[in-house]
Amino acid sequence: MQATEQPEILEMRKRISSNKLRDHIFWIVGLFSTLIGFALLFTLIIDLFIDGFPRLSWHFFTSYPSRFPEQAGILSAWVGTILVMMVTAAAAVPLGIAAGIYLEEYGKKNWLTHLIEINMNNLAGVPSIIYGLLALWLFVYFLKFGESILTGGLTLGLLILPMVVIATRESIRAIPNSIREASYALGASKWQTIKDHIIPYSVGGILTGMIIGLSRAIGETAPIITVGALTFIAFLPSSPVTSGFPFLSFKWLLDPFTVMPIQMFNWISRPQTAFHLNAAAAGIVLLVMTLVMNGFAIYVRYRFRKRIKW
Amino acid sequence: MAGLVPGMIPEKLKAEVKGLNFYYNDLKALKDIHLPIANKLITALIGPSGCGKTTYLRCFNRMHDLYPNNRYEGEIILYPERVNIVDPRIDPIEVRMRISMVFQKPNPFPKTVFENVAYGLRVRGVNKKCLLDEKVEKALKQAALWDEVKDRIDDLAFNLSGGQQQRLCIARALATNPEILLFDEPTSALDPTATAKIEELILQLKKEVTIIIVTHNMQQAARVSDYTAFMYLGEIIEFDRTDKVFTRPSQKLTEEYITGRFG
Repeated sequence: MQATEQPEILEMRKRISSNKLRDHIFWIVGLFSTLIGFALLFTLIIDLFIDGFPRLSWHFFTSYPSRFPEQAGILSAWVGTILVMMVTAAAAVPLGIAAGIYLEEYGKKNWLTHLIEINMNNLAGVPSIIYGLLALWLFVYFLKFGESILTGGLTLGLLILPMVVIATRESIRAIPNSIREASYALGASKWQTIKDHIIPYSVGGILTGMIIGLSRAIGETAPIITVGALTFIAFLPSSPVTSGFPFLSFKWLLDPFTVMPIQMFNWISRPQTAFHLNAAAAGIVLLVMTLVMNGFAIYVRYRFRKRIKW
Repeated sequence: MAGLVPGMIPEKLKAEVKGLNFYYNDLKALKDIHLPIANKLITALIGPSGCGKTTYLRCFNRMHDLYPNNRYEGEIILYPERVNIVDPRIDPIEVRMRISMVFQKPNPFPKTVFENVAYGLRVRGVNKKCLLDEKVEKALKQAALWDEVKDRIDDLAFNLSGGQQQRLCIARALATNPEILLFDEPTSALDPTATAKIEELILQLKKEVTIIIVTHNMQQAARVSDYTAFMYLGEIIEFDRTDKVFTRPSQKLTEEYITGRFG
């Protein structure tokens, strides 16, 4: 057999093995790059857990901050975070969905919508402190909402609004045109098509965008500091439920607040090591909150993908 | 150009196209089309790709109004009221309520079988469960799908086979009792067995509704239609009874097309 080997065949084999060598080299480079990123993140999380885990206890969740590190807890911080997130979602989601639907389904394709589109993508990349400055002027000084939960929530709402709009538009764009035509061909009006088809079929993508936006907002510190969240809050906002008629109260919206990352920032900037451990423990809680939200986003996406495949 | 052909009685027309031009921006896609549409019979449109047959079909339910910079000229007169359905003063939604369409690829909504068929009725404000039940069942029976789906009426429509999905789309179009049913190459995405079923169904349906079908499959046109129009470059080259178009075409171009010499 080897006696009849053609020189071209030998040449080809040489080429193949040199191509394979390049394959291997790239495989090693790729693996190495992946491992660096992963290992760093992993070390960070392990470090956080080693420092913070012993501090996690029931007492830690149910106590206010204190000048004694062993007695300090994150009650006001996690309650504040949840309330601020509620305001953020209530502000950004309806606005973002409506804007996304308008841009995709109603907006004529002209230079104005094109400009809005470019701006929208730029807004998603604006540094968060800029939003903080805008909010400080708009909500605190102009609308006089004060340094309150309402201000904080609306600020973060502004921050994630472009993300909700972009997610809405992307999932609307994924709906094939044949579905719209099917609806219009049956005599449906534009609004009927939007409410019966466009919104229901894009709800998975919209929810995913919303949760990912919120999980970014939950860790934001700079804009919240700018609008004046306090770092030491030893009380809870007023209760949204009251004993007398009408049983609901929105007074909490105007109460001062703190949130998880600010509480962490406060502890980490103190000299005592014991406070640093508290910060690590709060970090774990914040990390878990974010991961749970991201996990929920993945679950929602999976659920809707299973039902609707284009 | 095409006027009445022997055997067509003016009183038995469902629609008549007179001098229809259609423009995408400045591109003239349909040129001075004249065509009578016989009531409760099947009219087929054949022609090579890009000849304008789908563009023409989509004038009948004003689908072109969904996109900007499209323009109609001329008339499509709908009988018996003699209303010009491409008149901009006529609401396209009103036209679509009367004239249904089945598309090239099955396009069921990602909803249940029942909700797919019921959607046209819901758009018209029918929401009573018993009335919906009755009409959905009737439409599914008309579309020869009832026996296959009656036990999974609440399943997602995407779980049906391609041929079943297309019959579901036919049922969806039929549920609202349209006056004309438009088919845009309804079997081009289906296998031969499913195609045969759809063709049989189309033949059944002509008892109840006027049908216009676009097809690139000449055998299909020969099998199902009563009248055939051959289109080329946005014009109607020949229009006649189907048997005549396929056996003794009067135009050289038609003959070349049906014998497979171009297209």
